[in-house]
Amino acid sequence: MNGTFDGYRRPDGRVGVRNYVAVIPTSVAAAAVATAVADEGGAWARATPHQLGTSQPDAARRQTERVLVGIGQNPNVGGALVVELGTEDIDAAALADRIAADGTTVETLTIRETGGTEAALDEGETRLHRLNDEIKGARREEADVAELVFGVECGGSDATSGIAANPGVGAACDRLVDAGGTACFSETPEFIGAEHILADRCVDDETRRRLLDRVEAREGMAELMGVDLRGAQPTPGNQEGGLTTIEEKSLGAIAKGGTTPVRGIVDYGETLPVGGGLVLMDTPGYDVESVVGKVAGGAQVVAFTTGRGSTTGNPIAPVIKVTGNPKTWAKMSNNMDVNAGTVFDGESIDSVGERVFETLVDVADGRQTESERRRLEEFAINEIQPEELTTGVDA
Amino acid sequence: MKGRVLDDTLLLLSDDDNVGTAVDDLDEGTALDYDGRSVVVAEDVPFGHKVALEPLAPGDEVRKYGEIIGTATQSVERGEWVHTHNCESTRGRGDQAAAGGERA
Repeated sequence: MNGTFDGYRRPDGRVGVRNYVAVIPTSVAAAAVATAVADEGGAWARATPHQLGTSQPDAARRQTERVLVGIGQNPNVGGALVVELGTEDIDAAALADRIAADGTTVETLTIRETGGTEAALDEGETRLHRLNDEIKGARREEADVAELVFGVECGGSDATSGIAANPGVGAACDRLVDAGGTACFSETPEFIGAEHILADRCVDDETRRRLLDRVEAREGMAELMGVDLRGAQPTPGNQEGGLTTIEEKSLGAIAKGGTTPVRGIVDYGETLPVGGGLVLMDTPGYDVESVVGKVAGGAQVVAFTTGRGSTTGNPIAPVIKVTGNPKTWAKMSNNMDVNAGTVFDGESIDSVGERVFETLVDVADGRQTESERRRLEEFAINEIQPEELTTGVDA
Repeated sequence: MKGRVLDDTLLLLSDDDNVGTAVDDLDEGTALDYDGRSVVVAEDVPFGHKVALEPLAPGDEVRKYGEIIGTATQSVERGEWVHTHNCESTRGRGDQAAAGGERA
């Protein structure tokens, strides 16, 4: 029985499955330096470059800060280097203090003060290695699967997603939740048309009300902008894969969370509870941003289902790719970790779930995923849009 | 797999459904048995796409997973391909709200 794995015990008690130094820019103006500094370190150094500007409206800035702090505090991160140009509304020193509150070792680097890009690269490298010297002595120790926070995501969906890969990953979520762990799925626009099923599974009225409010708000965004959601959902690729409506896509998408009660719904990038059962996160439908939200929430491992074939990964959390499309498995096996297309040959969903769960435990134990092997590390932070700020969605 | 496969051709996810999902690329003329009734696939239907198991009139609910996934926008005969050309969502329709002069 896969009840344990070996991970890195952090000062706050949570357990990492990797031991990285994260290099976190506070804005796009520091993103290139952050990437270059991390490149000097090697595979143990992980940059999280993003496109957000030096100045954002308050609500948007608070969300960006929450995500950056969450990334720095993810248990897979032993040390963090926060990099700023020096003009940002987000103060690197204050952000570093927030990250360090959970015991993470943190340093900062200000490009302007250090003497420009060249000096910042030199100094950044020094600080990066100093951080690594502090954390590299960490040794893996036994941890219980109940300590895992498992983020599940889907992207490049087709009709096989809801039939094979998503129910397979859902069966793995059920196993993890039964063992005492946390599973989280997100992408609120992909609850539309399936929210009644999720609402029935909410543990209390408060959770149910919050869930339905969030779905209504996301659906309302389409009305607010006078647009037809069909232009974006399902995507043209989804449609080519056989998905006709958002309801059909959603009914397949929610299968990836399994069948256990919905214990809560948190904001984008908000901390996910350890030992929390199935918890939803209110995120947009853009998969890269949605994965980053869950990793900021503390997910140590992510499963990403795809029908048509997505290659995406993440710098901080290993991403396990699961496809239910036999053609995608055949064509893109070097991007895929688990074949769920076997259900078309008669394998049960439960058996696929067992294989996904075993993969989860192996990856937590240190096994590299295909996206890790290829250093596929997309990173993007959701930016609250002006329409959302005026209507209070996510604010 | 959830549901049941009819003649190695269409996956019926719930007995309440009126569409089945192609488990292979289907050729026009493929015949299958649907609980004693014959369904003949009316056109080539790609893997993962849907075929009507019951005739549909405009406005009829289209059901998959035992749930409503949209409504028919035109008459659909048993055996026809069901997709965006004859089925549409009822959700997230800001265009309809805008056309009606309503704003959320």
